[in-house]
Amino acid sequence: MERELAPQFASVEQEARAWQFGMWVFLSTEVLFFGGLFIAYGVYRFAYPQDFHLASSHMNVWLGTANTLVLLTSSLFVALALHLVRHERSMWATLALVLALLLGVVFMVFKGLEYAEHAREGLLPGVYFASHKLHSVGALQFVTLYWLMTGLHALHVTIGLFVLAWTAFQAASGFYSPRRMAGLEIGGMYWHFVDVIWVFLYPLLYLV
Amino acid sequence: MRQLPADEASHQPPRDGVAPAHSYLDHGTTVWSWLTTKDHKRIGVMFLGSVLLMFFMGGVFALLLRLELLQPQPSFFDGLTYNRLFTLHGVTMVWLFLIPSIPTTFGNFCLPLMLGAKDLAFPRLNLASLYLYWFGALVTLFGMFQGGTDTGWTFYTPYSTTSSVEVLPVLVGIFILGFSTILTGVNFIVSTHLTRAKGLTWRRIPLFVWTIYGTSIIQVLATPVLAITLALVGLDAGFGIGLFDPQRGGDPVLYQHLFWFYSHPAVYIMILPGMGVVSELVCAFARKNISSYAAIVISTLGIAFVGFFTWGHHMFVAGQSVFDAGAFGVLSMLVAIFTAVKILTWTTTLYRGSIAITAPFVYVAGFIFLLFFGGMSGVALATTSIDIHWHDTYFVVAHFHFIMVGASLMAFFGALHYWFPKMFGRRYPEGLGIGAAVLIVFGFIATFLPQFLLGNAGMPRRYFTYPEQYQPLHVTSTAGASLLGFGFLIIALYLAWSLRWGKVSGANPWGSRGYEWLTPSPPPLHNFHEVPTFERDVHDYTVPEAGHGA
Repeated sequence: MERELAPQFASVEQEARAWQFGMWVFLSTEVLFFGGLFIAYGVYRFAYPQDFHLASSHMNVWLGTANTLVLLTSSLFVALALHLVRHERSMWATLALVLALLLGVVFMVFKGLEYAEHAREGLLPGVYFASHKLHSVGALQFVTLYWLMTGLHALHVTIGLFVLAWTAFQAASGFYSPRRMAGLEIGGMYWHFVDVIWVFLYPLLYLV
Repeated sequence: MRQLPADEASHQPPRDGVAPAHSYLDHGTTVWSWLTTKDHKRIGVMFLGSVLLMFFMGGVFALLLRLELLQPQPSFFDGLTYNRLFTLHGVTMVWLFLIPSIPTTFGNFCLPLMLGAKDLAFPRLNLASLYLYWFGALVTLFGMFQGGTDTGWTFYTPYSTTSSVEVLPVLVGIFILGFSTILTGVNFIVSTHLTRAKGLTWRRIPLFVWTIYGTSIIQVLATPVLAITLALVGLDAGFGIGLFDPQRGGDPVLYQHLFWFYSHPAVYIMILPGMGVVSELVCAFARKNISSYAAIVISTLGIAFVGFFTWGHHMFVAGQSVFDAGAFGVLSMLVAIFTAVKILTWTTTLYRGSIAITAPFVYVAGFIFLLFFGGMSGVALATTSIDIHWHDTYFVVAHFHFIMVGASLMAFFGALHYWFPKMFGRRYPEGLGIGAAVLIVFGFIATFLPQFLLGNAGMPRRYFTYPEQYQPLHVTSTAGASLLGFGFLIIALYLAWSLRWGKVSGANPWGSRGYEWLTPSPPPLHNFHEVPTFERDVHDYTVPEAGHGA
C-alpha cells in the first residue's frame, strides 16, 4: 500500500501539510462562492424586511431544526473518525464514517421532503412562483434565494457524501494510519465546511 | 550601454556535455506523452500554445472591428454582427487570453524553477487546470458562435437576461474557465508556501514569484464571486430565476456590484504578473540588484489587497451615492500610489545600470510607458466629476487598453523573449526581435492614443457608426492596429523559425542571476540535476560569479 512520495516534497509530513493547506485555500474560494448569495440575501433583506419575515414563516422550522441536528451530529462522527484513526482503530473509524454518511443521506431526504412541500404550496423560485398566500416581490425574492442557497448547499452535501463514501472505503481497507491520514483530514474539512454553511443558512432562512 | 554577454554562457559548458539531450522536451516526444504529462514545464508550454492561439483569434476580431470603424457609415457588418464581434473580442481576450496569459504559462514554467522545487505542489491538479481551460474555451467559443451573444463581455442585466440571443452556453464556458483559474491559484499558493528549497526564505523568493502569489490570492478570492454571479445570470436567462429582474423586485445594480467585485480585481490578475516579469527583466538587463526588494513586495501585496475595494468606480453613473462614489474613487487612487512605488523602484534600478538593449528590454520600456500613462488616465477616471464626461466613451476603452491590455501584452512578450531560451534552449534573432518590439510599442500607442482623443471628443464605445468628424482619428487608430498586427506576424514567424533553427542557447544566455537560470536551458525532467543551494539573493549582481550556471 505504501505510495511513493511525490518528488516535489521532502517528506510525507510536508506533503500532508500541502494537502491540508490546499484545502484551506480551496475552502476560502467556497466561502466567497456562497458569499455572492449571502450578499444578495443581505441586500434584499435590507430592501424588503417585512416580506422576508413573512415569507420565512412559511418555512418548515421543525424540519430545518431537525436537519441542523442531523448535520451537526454527522460532523461530530467525522471528527470522531479522525480521533479513532489517530489511535489506530480503523474499524471503529470506518463505522463512524458510515454513520456520518448515513446522517448526510438523512439530511438530503428531509431536504427533499421540504422541497416537495414547498412545491405543493407554490413556493418556487422566479417564474415558477405560484403561492396563494404570499404576493409581494420581496417574498418572491426570499423564496428564490431560499432555493438558490439551499440548492447550492444541497449540491455541496451531495459532493460531500461521495467524499465521505470514499474516505469510509479507504478507512475500511486500512489505508489510513496516524502518519498517513491527510486524505481523511481534508475530506473531513470539506464536510465540516458544508456543515458550517448550513449553520449560517438555518437562522437566516428559518428563524428570521 | 552594455553589449549582451555574447557568450557568457559558452564559458560554462552545460553539465553533462550536452544539456538539451536530457531536457524535459526529450522525455517522451509523442502527443500522448504531452497530454498525460504532470511536468509543470510541459503544462506551461501547452498553456503557452493555447493562449497564443486565443490571442491570435482575439486579435483577428479586433482587426475586424477596426476595419468596420474605418468609415462612419455601416460598411462591412450590420449592428448585430458588430455587437457580437466586440463581445467575441472582449470575451476571448479577457478570459481566454489575458487572465491565464502570464500565470499559466511563465508562472507554471518558472515558479518551481525559481523556488528550487521539482514540480508544483499538485502536478495532477495542474494538468486538470489545463484540461478545464481547454474544455471551458471550447464551450465558450462554441457558445459564442452558436448563440451569438451580443451583450459585451460584461453581461449586464437586464439586457443579458432578456436578450433574444443565447447567453447560457457562454456563461457555462466562463464558469468552467473559472475552475481552471481557481485550481491554478490554489496550486501556486500552496507551492510557494510549501515547496521552497532550503535557504529560500520569504525574503529571498524572486519578485516574479511574489506577483504570481499575489495574483493567485486574487484568483482564489475573486473568481468564485464571478462564478456565482454568472451562474445567477445563466439561471435567469435559461430558467427565469429573476434574481436581478426589477419586475420581480430584483436589483440589476446588484449584478454590477457582484460582477465588478470580480472583474475589477481581475485587471490585477492581468497586470500583477506583468509587474513581476518587469521586476525580473529590469534587474537582468540593467545588471543591478533591485533598488528595493521590500518596496516591490509590499506594493504587490498592496495592489492585491486594495484591488478588492475599488469595484465601485465602474458604477459612478449607476445610481451609487455620492459618498460611495467618492470613497471608491479615493480607494482606486491608492492603486496608483502602489504602482508609482513600483515604477520608481524600476527606474532607480535602471539608473546607472549596465543596460543591454534587447527585445525584452524594449518591452520593459514599453510596459513602463503604457503603465504610467494608462495609470495616470486611471487616476483621472477615478475622479467622479471627470468620469461622468468620459463614462462609456472611447476614453475608457483607450485607458484600459493602455494599462490592462497594452502593459500586460508588453510584459507577456517581454517574458516570452526572455524565457524563450529557457523554455526551448534556442535563441531568437535579436535584431529582428528588437525591431518587432519597437513596432509593437509604437503600433500600440498609434492605435490607442487617438482613442483617448475620440473619447474626450464624445465618441461613445460600442457603436459601429459615428458622425463624420471622428473619422480621421478612427482611421489613425485602424492604421496603428494594422501596424500591431504586422508586428505580431513578424514575431510569430521568427519565433516559429527559432524553435527549430535558432542558435542553440547556453544555460544562461542573458547572464541573468534569476534563480531559474541556475539550471540548464532547457531544464532536465525534474528541473535540477542537483538542487542548488540558494546562498545569494536573487538577482544579486554584487557578488562576483556567485553560484553561476550550476
